[in-house]
Amino acid sequence: MTNDHIVGASVPRKEGRDKVTGRAQYVDDMALPHMLYGATVRSQIPRGRIRSITYGPGIPWDEFVIVSAKDIPGKNVVALIVDDQPCLADTLINHPEEPILLLAHPDRHILPKAVAAVTIEYDPLPPIFTIEESERPSEIIWGTDNTFKTYLVEKGNVDGVWEKADYVVEGEYRTGAQEQLYIENNGMIAAFDPRQGITVWGSLQCPYYVHKALMALCGLPADKVRVVQMETGGAFGGKEEYPSMIAAHASLLAIKSGRPVKIIYDRLEDMAATTKRHPSRTRHRTAVSKEGKILGGEIEFVVDGGAYATLSSVVLSRATIHAGGAYFWPHIRIRAKAVATNAPPHGAFRGFGAPQSLFALERHMDRIAQVVGISPVEIRRRNFLKSGQTTTTEQTVRESIDLDQLLNRALELSDYHAKKERFAKQNQLGSIRKGMGIAAFLHGAGFTGSGERYLSSVVGVEGCTDGSVRVLVSSTEFGQGTKTVLCQIAAQSLGLPYEDVGIAQPDTTVVPNSGPTVASRTVMVVGKLVQSAALGIRQTLTRAGMLAESYSSEEFRSACRNYVAAHGEFRSWARYEAPKDVFWDDEKYRGEAYAAFAWAVYIAEVTVDLTTCSASVDDFVALQEVGKVLHPVLARGQIAGGVAQGIGYTLYEKVVWQNGRMQNGQMTNYIMPTSADLPSIRVFFEEMGNVHGAFGAKGIGELPMDGPAPAIVNAVEDALELRFDSIPLLPEDIFEALATNEKREVEPQPAGGGR
Amino acid sequence: MTASVENRVPSELSLTVNGERKTVRVYPMERLLDTLRHHLGLTGAKEGCGEGECGSCSVLMNGTLVNSCLIPVLQARDADIVTIEGLAAGTQLDALQEAFLDFGGAQCGICTPGMILAAAHLLNKKPEPTMEDIREGLSGNLCRCTGYIQIFEAVAEAARRRATT
Repeated sequence: MTNDHIVGASVPRKEGRDKVTGRAQYVDDMALPHMLYGATVRSQIPRGRIRSITYGPGIPWDEFVIVSAKDIPGKNVVALIVDDQPCLADTLINHPEEPILLLAHPDRHILPKAVAAVTIEYDPLPPIFTIEESERPSEIIWGTDNTFKTYLVEKGNVDGVWEKADYVVEGEYRTGAQEQLYIENNGMIAAFDPRQGITVWGSLQCPYYVHKALMALCGLPADKVRVVQMETGGAFGGKEEYPSMIAAHASLLAIKSGRPVKIIYDRLEDMAATTKRHPSRTRHRTAVSKEGKILGGEIEFVVDGGAYATLSSVVLSRATIHAGGAYFWPHIRIRAKAVATNAPPHGAFRGFGAPQSLFALERHMDRIAQVVGISPVEIRRRNFLKSGQTTTTEQTVRESIDLDQLLNRALELSDYHAKKERFAKQNQLGSIRKGMGIAAFLHGAGFTGSGERYLSSVVGVEGCTDGSVRVLVSSTEFGQGTKTVLCQIAAQSLGLPYEDVGIAQPDTTVVPNSGPTVASRTVMVVGKLVQSAALGIRQTLTRAGMLAESYSSEEFRSACRNYVAAHGEFRSWARYEAPKDVFWDDEKYRGEAYAAFAWAVYIAEVTVDLTTCSASVDDFVALQEVGKVLHPVLARGQIAGGVAQGIGYTLYEKVVWQNGRMQNGQMTNYIMPTSADLPSIRVFFEEMGNVHGAFGAKGIGELPMDGPAPAIVNAVEDALELRFDSIPLLPEDIFEALATNEKREVEPQPAGGGR
Repeated sequence: MTASVENRVPSELSLTVNGERKTVRVYPMERLLDTLRHHLGLTGAKEGCGEGECGSCSVLMNGTLVNSCLIPVLQARDADIVTIEGLAAGTQLDALQEAFLDFGGAQCGICTPGMILAAAHLLNKKPEPTMEDIREGLSGNLCRCTGYIQIFEAVAEAARRRATT
């Protein structure tokens, strides 16, 4: 068989030609006859009750279709996990971007004026905006105690470690919100037909999330709701949940008007109203021996979830499980919670909680190293998880992973030691300070714990009339290469040329629910199912006596054509089955959290200019073990792109809040890195022969978001000998620290101290 | 007449788009981006920010790279416009388009049309750009997916390919 090197080769991106010629169809490129444009009237206050709504003068209101909560045919919720978020606020307002009314009109230019002409009066209620205000709690804005979710992880007996400790090291770390800033804003078109039901076309990650939300909202059965993903111009988690809201809005307007309705957000609305990365606070208290061995520790982790529950419980789960990082903790207690504030709900963003808790941990490791008096390299080396040891959830590491080897190679690639030595000398003079920083970490692939079992994903592979095959999945392409990689897997599984395998546009009337395109699960989990569904096609043909054990691609095509001619439909399905030896306890948060982990060591080289107080990254080495690399060009693109977002998260991107509302919702004042701001991001892979997903691939998409922030801030501390424990770290923060000149203090606490 | 169109009268104007003379009936202050997308059906130019920051609406106007979201169409009267749809010669892709495919320069694809036109503009000015030229030349076009590295490589390779053919 000749087509056995497709996996591992950088084949052309399936939809690449359409993208470079401008032919690719994104939702705003689509128009339907008699289509109206829709817009959203939002609250202007963070918390209160609606008293009255007035439609101001100068607008031909009779030309508009106007929808309020009263027009909702089904339940007024955006169905997700907890049904607490209304699709349109009825009386109570919980954040300053809460949708209240929807307007539609044939002329999109009139819509902003109409939105501005609606006046809503409120009876305000006292809002809360910070984790601390929510914890206090001066006001209860959600449930009985402002808490969406808590987790407790306990391993060993952490209360017994403090008296054995030579040092107890404490630290508090914070991370800010981050906007996904996909270049294509959110958008959706809806059309309603009383017989066929509702159809939406949109920019989205998870067709079946939207499907579920529309069924609840419209009160329609599954076969009367159709969701189609258009080409999607970036997502990064930002189009995981909010598209359900926009699809709901467009659908309500389409149902009421009887005409297709398009809603496209402009940049300001997209940034202000849709989800961002959860802000976080982490407190560490760690018992360490004088040799630099971690004896045990307590971690307290909190995220600000915003006004509604949305995905915060799941984000919190991943953050909790990653809080102990790539190290061995004999004893640990992790308390985690997600709290409510009167800000728009925070949501999914690449990394999904892990970048927050790993930032804290990897900063804290450098602090421990200082206290013990060893190097950042040594503290990590002495505490790395090893094969056979258990993670904080007592998952035994079965992979043959050697973090020491990864660290050594990253040190070599970055020329770490020579540079450290040189910078230490050079930093004595002039106004330029340079530093090196390390982050070592892991990222779990797939849904946490029993998540994949609940999802129970289904994948199809179809034999077509022309003898080619087609992959049927709801897994979406938004830049990562989903279409390409899944076709590679199917092609190699069937021994066919890559060109003979196609993939269906995600459309809920065509593709089964292969789960959401999130959690670094597509290649590992969905890819494995594609492999088995593809093998099912081959097996059917051989069992029917239409194909020999060994065949040419022409023989396959001919057999496939004949089968379809004889039997009509030719589809093979594969459903996820959890491995039997996998154990997870949702109550105690103990067991096999992930089927596999990706492992990485990142090293940043940073310059701080004492005159401008700006920090910039000069070189970035990203070394990882992600199992088999299925497509080197795509894989490298995933890592480099994730690192770039991580650099933005650390040094450039600050969401400025006022009264729960983002104040800088434009690309001119929310700054993401340009091509002139980024260093050469050097990407390296190590394949340690771990076999998990299809052809040995593990997850890759989120991993590169975890490492840059701690590596860079560790490097800034190395350059300045000043402590920074929050991101984003902007020039004004560095200025302030330099001005107050707080030299970092190393304050070991006496042995046996504390609780 | 609705409030949105008061005091505005559509008028006819002509411009050359991808080598073809076009006459459109538009409001003079309409953005060139909207004329291309809504009146001429050329949806390759994208709106990312609407304020000239992201570059995804970039087109060439009389050989100069412009953000079409900042150009009133009146200003483009009789101008020579090239959009992404006009870059390939029939089915034969431009060297830049080929290189973007080969080197992973396009991920989600939304910045790609503008990015490729910015690169075309750069190579027209500097057929043999240094890495610094490329960084500088593309810094008005934002990409959130790639970290730019593979875009730089694609542009450098396209320059090499153009030089050898």
